[in-house]
Amino acid sequence: MSDVLPNGGAPILAVDQVSVNLAGREVLRDVRFSIEPGEFTGLIGSNGAGKTTLFRVILGLQAAHGTVLVGGAPRSRRNPLIGYVPQKFQLDPDVPLRTRDLVGLGLDAHRYGIALPLRTRRARVEEMLEAVDARGFADARVGTLSGGEQQRVLIAHALIAAPKLLLLDEPLANLDLRSGHEVVALLARIASEQQIAVLISAHEMNPLLPVIDRIVYLAGGRAASGTTEEVVRTSVLSALYGHHVDVLQVHGRILVVAGEAGELADTSDHAHTRTPVEIIS
Amino acid sequence: MSQPLAAIFAPGFFTSQIVQVAATVSAVAAVVCGTVGVFIVIRGQSFAGEALGDISTTGGSGAFLAGAGPLWGFGVAAVAASAVMELIGIQRPRGRDLATGIVLGAGLGLAALFLYLDSVYHNTTGATVSLVFGSMFAITSSSIPAVIAFSALAICLVAALGRPLLLSSVSPELAAARGIPVRLVGAAFLLALAIAVALAAFTIGTILSTALLVGPAATALRMTRSPARAIAAAAAIGIAACWLGIVLSYDSYDWYHQSGKSWPVSFFVVTLIFLGYLLSGLPQRLRRRRASVASDPAPAARLS
Repeated sequence: MSDVLPNGGAPILAVDQVSVNLAGREVLRDVRFSIEPGEFTGLIGSNGAGKTTLFRVILGLQAAHGTVLVGGAPRSRRNPLIGYVPQKFQLDPDVPLRTRDLVGLGLDAHRYGIALPLRTRRARVEEMLEAVDARGFADARVGTLSGGEQQRVLIAHALIAAPKLLLLDEPLANLDLRSGHEVVALLARIASEQQIAVLISAHEMNPLLPVIDRIVYLAGGRAASGTTEEVVRTSVLSALYGHHVDVLQVHGRILVVAGEAGELADTSDHAHTRTPVEIIS
Repeated sequence: MSQPLAAIFAPGFFTSQIVQVAATVSAVAAVVCGTVGVFIVIRGQSFAGEALGDISTTGGSGAFLAGAGPLWGFGVAAVAASAVMELIGIQRPRGRDLATGIVLGAGLGLAALFLYLDSVYHNTTGATVSLVFGSMFAITSSSIPAVIAFSALAICLVAALGRPLLLSSVSPELAAARGIPVRLVGAAFLLALAIAVALAAFTIGTILSTALLVGPAATALRMTRSPARAIAAAAAIGIAACWLGIVLSYDSYDWYHQSGKSWPVSFFVVTLIFLGYLLSGLPQRLRRRRASVASDPAPAARLS
């Protein structure tokens, strides 16, 4: 399917040998993976595994060694090919910003001056509100919306500029199960309809398993990528964590459980030996 | 004039040049404060606004000492203080408040010196009071061009910053991801904030300036949902409070015949802004009470 795209099947995102040091700590080490146009990729790792740092590298906000190509070109700030949904988003309910205002800002927030009330702009916003099923609360203040509604608004904000790669940082972290399912289903639909590649980070992979094409698993600053079957295996994850972990299938869910202390392959990584049970369920 | 109107507007009100100047200057200042104020409230920079207002006392007293107009003193002090805040503003969540507090302390120290020197060299105690609490009826028409120039500068600055300012105010993360220079936009907004503070200080006094800056905006936020409407409402509330304050102050001249003086305009303006804020919260409170009464089968039981 990717051969119909203008860049002729080249990856929309190519991350190669990326390393990041923050305050003397190696947060990412030799991370490499690539994402094809329209592909739905899960970026899985526990808290502090470097997911947000990796996003900041891709967005051009974080200095890093190695190369990152977005749509074949080196990464840069304000790349129109990328849409981004941050993990941290909090608005007081009294902030005078309606859903339609925030979605509209997705179109042209980088332009200085005030937005002119053009009919074409309003139509684009209306169309986007429809696409994420947000018309019901289009005129409500964003700060008064539920977590799931806010995620949909943020997704619309990111998508209205027609990016080719959508980055979502832990969009399911603060959602109840049902809202989480809705957001995942919405993303899967948009990704396939509009041929947008999605890179979605999560500390829990199971809600994403039905929709993701590939997985990038981050642990101890290093990454393994491939299909879920290729990556989420005892041998691959044990090598990644630097100690033995078991990958268990329980009722169709995948659990990653740290092995016995005696089975450690590499005792130098104390951060992980201290964790008795690492469950990514 | 008809009888009821004459009871509200004392004779000579509309022909008084003092009133006309006060009405013009306060309206222009209210528009700037409404525009800037909405962003102050969204960005949570009320403390910076308050601090810059207090620090403009330093500029005002310095200008008085040097024989310059107070507006220029307010402007120079607020802009200089905001620049220092920005320079030492540490890149930590609470760094901004720390920088504000440090600059506020230093600025007020200078104000103490200048006010002392003012009283030594000019032997006027009234200057301090009019500086700190404002004296709208003492503004001369010659200052109107400067007021309008300052206002135009602040409004053009906020309008030019426009969308990047709005997005970085509601989410620095989203703004940074779009390549918006969040820090630079914040610094430019601080300049607009400093100008608005100078205008508010000129209108209702340095210490009270924060009322005109934050009050109408906070009230507007309770009544509107979109940024443009919030700004329009904040400006309208500010103008209404100032004009009504002028009317009441003018009328108060006749309240005590023996005093031969009117009550300070700033008192009325600030009180009206505060009352407006309280009133704007009423509908929501009533709605909540009605909802809780409706859901409570025995409201009387709660009285015990």
